[in-house]
Amino acid sequence: MKPAAFDYHAPESVDEALELLADEAVESRVLAGGQSLVPMMNFRLAVPEALVDLRRIEELRYLRIGADGALEVGARTTQAELLRDPAVTTGWPLLHDGVTHIGHPQVRSRGTVCGSLAHHDPHGELPALALALGATITVAGPAGRRQIAAEDFFVSFYEVALEPGELVVEARFPAPPAGSGWSFREIARRHGDFALVGVACLVTPAQTRLVVFGAAERPLLLADPSEVAAAVRPLDDLHASAEYRRQVAVLLAGEALAEARERADG
Amino acid sequence: MADPGAAREVRLSVNGVERAGTAEPRLLLSDFLRHRLGLTGTHVGCEHGVCGACTVLLDGEPVRSCLVFAVQADGAALRTVEGLAGEDGELSPVQQAFHEAHGMQCGFCTPGFLISLTALLEERPQASEEELVDALSGNLCRCTGYANILAAARAARDRAAEGRA
Ligand SMILES: Cc1cc2nc3c(=O)[nH]c(=O)nc-3n(C[C@H](O)[C@H](O)[C@H](O)COP(=O)(O)OP(=O)(O)OC[C@H]3O[C@@H](n4cnc5c(N)ncnc54)[C@H](O)[C@@H]3O)c2cc1C
Ligand code: FES
Ligand code: FES
Repeated sequence: MKPAAFDYHAPESVDEALELLADEAVESRVLAGGQSLVPMMNFRLAVPEALVDLRRIEELRYLRIGADGALEVGARTTQAELLRDPAVTTGWPLLHDGVTHIGHPQVRSRGTVCGSLAHHDPHGELPALALALGATITVAGPAGRRQIAAEDFFVSFYEVALEPGELVVEARFPAPPAGSGWSFREIARRHGDFALVGVACLVTPAQTRLVVFGAAERPLLLADPSEVAAAVRPLDDLHASAEYRRQVAVLLAGEALAEARERADG
Repeated sequence: MADPGAAREVRLSVNGVERAGTAEPRLLLSDFLRHRLGLTGTHVGCEHGVCGACTVLLDGEPVRSCLVFAVQADGAALRTVEGLAGEDGELSPVQQAFHEAHGMQCGFCTPGFLISLTALLEERPQASEEELVDALSGNLCRCTGYANILAAARAARDRAAEGRA
């Protein structure tokens, strides 16, 4: 199907984008990679009056390592650009591996890291990865910039802690401490599909961060596989039953923790 | 300021040729190619990003043209299936491999497969089996001729790895 008509803006700076988003008379949406928004518009599940495209905002196109060693990903950076960066492969192997599970190369070449976080499909990989890695999301709005911890960012299905008129400008992934181990596992119907259930796990010398996703209205941060069965609130739909998702979540959590511990020792 | 909802001129390079056409914001790049520029080699199957029939190379990267608005491609360099063969009509190595391995039945999905595979082999001429499958997993064939499509992909890869691509 074809999308309904809309006004199109391609501002060149964050300030200009914020000005456009601040106009309360128009129902505007941010357009990043379009890999979730355009299908919804083609189905007319989303009928925005205006789109604010980030594609010309050069100040948001970066992938760099900050002063404190954290990986800083600007809102224009695509999933494919992240996968191509050797610093990510060596320094954030959990992030790299998890992102390879997102759709297909043709989707990752447009889809952005920050767009996937802002979209928050609870079956998506990036929200879970952000939570496992203790990421911080920086948003810009009419009142300036603020930072939101991943723990507080994902609220419910397709809902995040963004206020009207706000824009995600950056995701920051702290460097896992030396001696950390990781594991990423998911079960999907077909290669490249959204996960039915998945687990992202980071074991550092100080803590275990076990994230189960696709099993509740948002990714769940847990400390041990024994907590999984009681914590999950899985969907019961035509893709899989709730009971199946619960069982697989428990199984994957155990496997992932074992693998992460093994890698941490090695 | 110009009316943000109005149709505007989109200029881009397609297969090395400068092209232009008008597009209102909601016009998809797939429809712009087919209906404004008459390049009907790019096919449209699902129009929501799942089938891959509409895959084109946008600034060198494979993308779903049904998930890009034509206005977003202003200034871009595109390659479509029409640009794969040589000027004299000689098939590209990937096209040749599909021809020899019978990598198509009705041919509806073929442009998308050819573009996805061309993109992979230009970046990774020695692509592994896993990379081949990953690159092609985003393209669906409703005739389900996957065995021959993969055979063609392997043959194209083997030729590319020998430096003949
Ligand atoms: C065939 C197919 C398979 C896919 N498979 C998967 C998969 O397995 N796993 C997965 O996780 N995803 C999958 N996706 C979705 C893909 O990951 C998207 O890239 C991602 O969900 C959204 O990123 P985007 O940049 O494309 O955002 P868009 O589609 O442009 O935007 C999505 C939403 O987020 C908002 N938004 C985007 N950026 C910002 C920002 N900076 N600030 C505020 N709001 C913003 C938009 O307004 C919109 O509401 C798939 C998509 C397709 C077409
Ligand atoms: S028509 Fe674009 S992916 Fe199916
Ligand atoms: S050959 Fe018919 S759809 Fe693939």
